[in-house]
Amino acid sequence: MITFSDRQLKIPKMTKPVYLVTAGMSKFARAFPDRKTEEICIDAFTEAANFIDMTPAEMKKYIHTCYYGHFADHFGDQLLGEAAIHDRLGLDPLGNIGVKTGGATGGSTLWEAYKTVASGYSDCTLALGWERMDEVPTDEGNNYISCAADKDWETPMGHIYTGYYAVMAQKYWQVFGKEEESFRRTMAEISVKNHGYGRMNPHAHGGMKITVDDVLNSPIVAHPLRALDCCLMSVGAACGILADEKTAYEMTDNPLRIDLAAGSHTLRAADRRDMEIPLLPNETKDQYRNLDKEFPGGGRYPGFTGFLAARMAAYYAYRMVGIEDPTKDLDLVELHDAFTISDIQTYEDIGIRPYGHGRDYVESGDCYHTNPRTGEPGKLPANLSGGLIGCMHSVGATGIMQVTEVAQHIWNRWGEMHGDEAKWERFGREKPKDWQNLQVKGAKRGLAISHAGVGSHVTCTIVQHPDHVLPGGMFE
Amino acid sequence: MSCKEDRGTVKVVDGKYKPSGKFHYPAPNTPIKDEKGKLLGITNPRDIVHMHSYGGEAIFFESLGKGKLMATKCENPDCETTGSIYMPFRIFCPDCLTRNKVIDITAKAKKNAIVHSFMITERTGAFNTLPTPIKFVNVEFEGVCTILMGALIRGEPKIGMRVVPIFRTKKPDYTILDLLWVPADWPAKDLPEGYTY
Repeated sequence: MITFSDRQLKIPKMTKPVYLVTAGMSKFARAFPDRKTEEICIDAFTEAANFIDMTPAEMKKYIHTCYYGHFADHFGDQLLGEAAIHDRLGLDPLGNIGVKTGGATGGSTLWEAYKTVASGYSDCTLALGWERMDEVPTDEGNNYISCAADKDWETPMGHIYTGYYAVMAQKYWQVFGKEEESFRRTMAEISVKNHGYGRMNPHAHGGMKITVDDVLNSPIVAHPLRALDCCLMSVGAACGILADEKTAYEMTDNPLRIDLAAGSHTLRAADRRDMEIPLLPNETKDQYRNLDKEFPGGGRYPGFTGFLAARMAAYYAYRMVGIEDPTKDLDLVELHDAFTISDIQTYEDIGIRPYGHGRDYVESGDCYHTNPRTGEPGKLPANLSGGLIGCMHSVGATGIMQVTEVAQHIWNRWGEMHGDEAKWERFGREKPKDWQNLQVKGAKRGLAISHAGVGSHVTCTIVQHPDHVLPGGMFE
Repeated sequence: MSCKEDRGTVKVVDGKYKPSGKFHYPAPNTPIKDEKGKLLGITNPRDIVHMHSYGGEAIFFESLGKGKLMATKCENPDCETTGSIYMPFRIFCPDCLTRNKVIDITAKAKKNAIVHSFMITERTGAFNTLPTPIKFVNVEFEGVCTILMGALIRGEPKIGMRVVPIFRTKKPDYTILDLLWVPADWPAKDLPEGYTY
């Protein structure tokens, strides 16, 4: 579709508020040759239970329906892998279902768990995601990932998904980046930031102390993307427990409000047709009138430079919860930084900056925990977990990891969950001597974007402290 | 593991797939051990063949081997986007879901195709058959509402450059790789073996 009816643009209105009760993550790594998937999933589940001072057995008593995010059966070489994990978690005979939306699988899994609670079908749901990307050689792994492109029209061309994505990076780089060296350095700065934050995260396997020049000198993957511009390939699991208000407060004194919305766009970037830009609450139609003049070649929307699915996920989610301006209304975000350039594109899709001006979010220092330009707290810190570049991209788990990270800031427990010496030791990782507590002080609201493929599926999750729920949302 | 010479073939008889010949060449599992010889797992090698229908797109893939680029067009007068031409080929109009008309855009593609975006990479996945570095081009056609991805097999890509299609008319393999792209005016004597303008 290139035009949308009022019914299609209707803002979702849930029948009851939904709460995030707890969340947990396993260690993330490039490979776990000594562990089965169920062991990793049980690690994440146990961390979530312990986070609210429960045993796994106690937490299981509350769960009514289970959603499992697991993108690629190919990788695990196990169809119905969800059934295996469900059984190993000892959750039979509860209803369960697998969710598969590529890179957005984690977000989509939460989306389903959310709607199940909001509808009243269940008082409490489990959303658990994982990916097993280490059990094939890398070139076979690339082949499997390329199967998420169109099998007849794209996959035979190189069997390399990065290539299908890089054409969009190239277009953005030339149109909005104007091929400027300064823009290239801004892209690299995102990698430096996210690898740097990854160092402070014991779960992460991409923590590195690097410079912009290190990024610019890393091997070329597909110009302008270099190896350090790209996300990790990971194994690991993450889970969240969602519940209605009554159940949530029975389980913990500190549940958080959670809301999700989703958008979609074509599997092939090739099929994108020109359309008007759907506007977010902080945008006006006039502001994009001269986009093509300001950025020649940038007039086609979403063309290869924007992600309509991300725009629509934010379109619904912002209005569901009453966000008028994400930079003012949110305290932190976790974005799907599959590549440094797509991170910039997402700033625009979700309205942190207008289309064409995403780079300013980095260059202003707003995206940092502490703004390196001013020494003051960043206005809207992004990817303090390290993101997909510095923490992990274990596909089915990624969107849930992002929400876990956002929530731990709002719970004011980020330092506890990331600074614990015993956790660093248990994960076989050395805590940096210059470890920094990245807790965002006074965080009340956060957002996570979970994104698939070249933009086929995107979810937008908003997490809010229940004492600081925005006015103007669906329950007002 | 596999032996191409003996590879089985498939025909459709009475509306059913009829495989014949040998498809599977079993290979043994091998142990995976750590440095100390402790068993951690096994390899699971295997050779799988899928039988895949092109359905309503079959005419597109068949036409490539005949040197023709077929697109589709919505001709439903009641559709809000009637007249839209699709390349990649879409069997149905995405708006009204009526069956599109198949049209030949070979002449148009030879005359006015330009590069919308591109990328170059040395990396490939398993089973790649394109030479590296791989150069993808996203090709815009005048009057077509979508943008086709293809591989540029000669020259260097640039946004806005004119490109023309070439077709594997000798021994086509009936995949998208029967269609490749070269810069406009590229000499016919320097095309990959089996391909023609």
